[in-house]
Amino acid sequence: MDRPLPKPTTETQPFWEGCAQGELRYQHCTRCDRGQFPPSSRCRSCHEDALEWRQSDKRGTIHSVTTVFRAPNAAFKKAAPYNIALIDLTEGFRLMTNIKNADPTEAAIGAPVRIVFEAVGGDIALPQAELDH
Amino acid sequence: MAAGAIISGVHGTRVGALPDSSCMSLHDAAARGAIADAGLSPGDIDGVICAYSLTEPHLMLASWFCEYFGLSPDVCYSIQAGGATGAVMLSQAAALIENKNCRHVLLVAGDNRLTGLSRDGAVAALAKVGHSQFEQPYGISIPAAYGLVAARYMHEYGLEPEHLAATAVALRAHASRNPDAHMSEPITVQDVMNSPLIAEPLHLLDCSLISDGGGAVVVSSPATQTDLPHRPIEIIGTGQGHTHEHIVAAPSLTDYGCKRSSSAAFEKAGIKPSDIDIAQIYDSFTITLVVELESMGFFERGEAGPAILNGALALDGVLPCNTHGGLLSHGHPGAAGGVFHIVEAVTQLRHTAGDRQAGSPELAFVHGDGGILSAHCSLVLARG
Repeated sequence: MDRPLPKPTTETQPFWEGCAQGELRYQHCTRCDRGQFPPSSRCRSCHEDALEWRQSDKRGTIHSVTTVFRAPNAAFKKAAPYNIALIDLTEGFRLMTNIKNADPTEAAIGAPVRIVFEAVGGDIALPQAELDH
Repeated sequence: MAAGAIISGVHGTRVGALPDSSCMSLHDAAARGAIADAGLSPGDIDGVICAYSLTEPHLMLASWFCEYFGLSPDVCYSIQAGGATGAVMLSQAAALIENKNCRHVLLVAGDNRLTGLSRDGAVAALAKVGHSQFEQPYGISIPAAYGLVAARYMHEYGLEPEHLAATAVALRAHASRNPDAHMSEPITVQDVMNSPLIAEPLHLLDCSLISDGGGAVVVSSPATQTDLPHRPIEIIGTGQGHTHEHIVAAPSLTDYGCKRSSSAAFEKAGIKPSDIDIAQIYDSFTITLVVELESMGFFERGEAGPAILNGALALDGVLPCNTHGGLLSHGHPGAAGGVFHIVEAVTQLRHTAGDRQAGSPELAFVHGDGGILSAHCSLVLARG
């Protein structure tokens, strides 16, 4: 079984195009002055058509992290144990990633990380996190 | 307040590995049991609400069930709200009765996900509730999402792995008094801590079971209650709260919609959490139950864990909880798992729970949660 790859949709296409170029893009509502992720058609707070794409500086901290010992399917069995984290980017949005350069027990809540991109097949570059040592 | 709808009948099938069952045979057995328990005939049922099934992912499960069973009701549809489905079905049934759309509404759920899919198959199917673009590519599973919840909750409120383990132990103790439970062998805190890690900090015994089984409830008009064999159980409060689906998009990892759903249910019932005698609260994982107990006002933040270690959820504890064993030990056959929480609340309020009867309760609280603490529905039930 192959790893499930993202299939970009109309609202996420700019995000994945950015990833392929090494850019972490996110939607910013110019009315609410807040970042939003995952991408939507409209701002989830004011519901206005006031979103613009911005580039993140790719730095953040770990909001929470778990180490997965029991993979959900065959695609991830060989990788286990692996960790999954929720990353709070400095621009105020949250991303799920794996943490690629850490021993599973090394990644802790509050630790600073930077976002890198992993080529996972197709045209997809997947945002991932590395501990900012 | 005077109840606009009552629960007249309940039934749960056996749970566990039931290799001779199918999705529809479990629906059928649960439904026939609940209709008989209410002293009714199939022809009395004029409303049917079903849920969903992993083994039969059909678009019109309720219509198919009616065809299979032999019913042609006035109202018929399915509801999908993950683990909140059972409670949402009950509140919708109550609304149909209160609005005089129906006199007797049957709600029924069942799934043979253990023998129909295998445990691996069910785990893989359930992992697909993860976001296809922003979660699944990282190997998310439902236990992993709840592992993220647990890690943050421990970080903020000092919850310890022993507290989670004690939750599993308390529910297994209840299951040991329930001859129908999928898992009834008593366990210790050390057994939970020594069981394999699934997604840190959650061990195998912190996770609910995967079971075959079915559950059903008949909700009736109070006008019919003189004809009914059992003491009516009144539905006196319902409430919902919905904030997100995917954990990556949750507004908070510690505050969830259960606060809103329970506040609404308590307010409608005109009571407060401390008035509740017994609780049947969704326990997909040990962390689920701890977060919900603290969010809904049964315990202060950080206090449920130590209280559970001291026996708070036992039959003689301050809040006897999930007295059938819950999803963690009685069994988790999908949407029917949430129905079993209702079945147990009714059994306790009728004072017919036998060896696991928790005193003489008058008021019960039931709560279901779907997704990753995403969709919440709370109920307050009263012995009529």
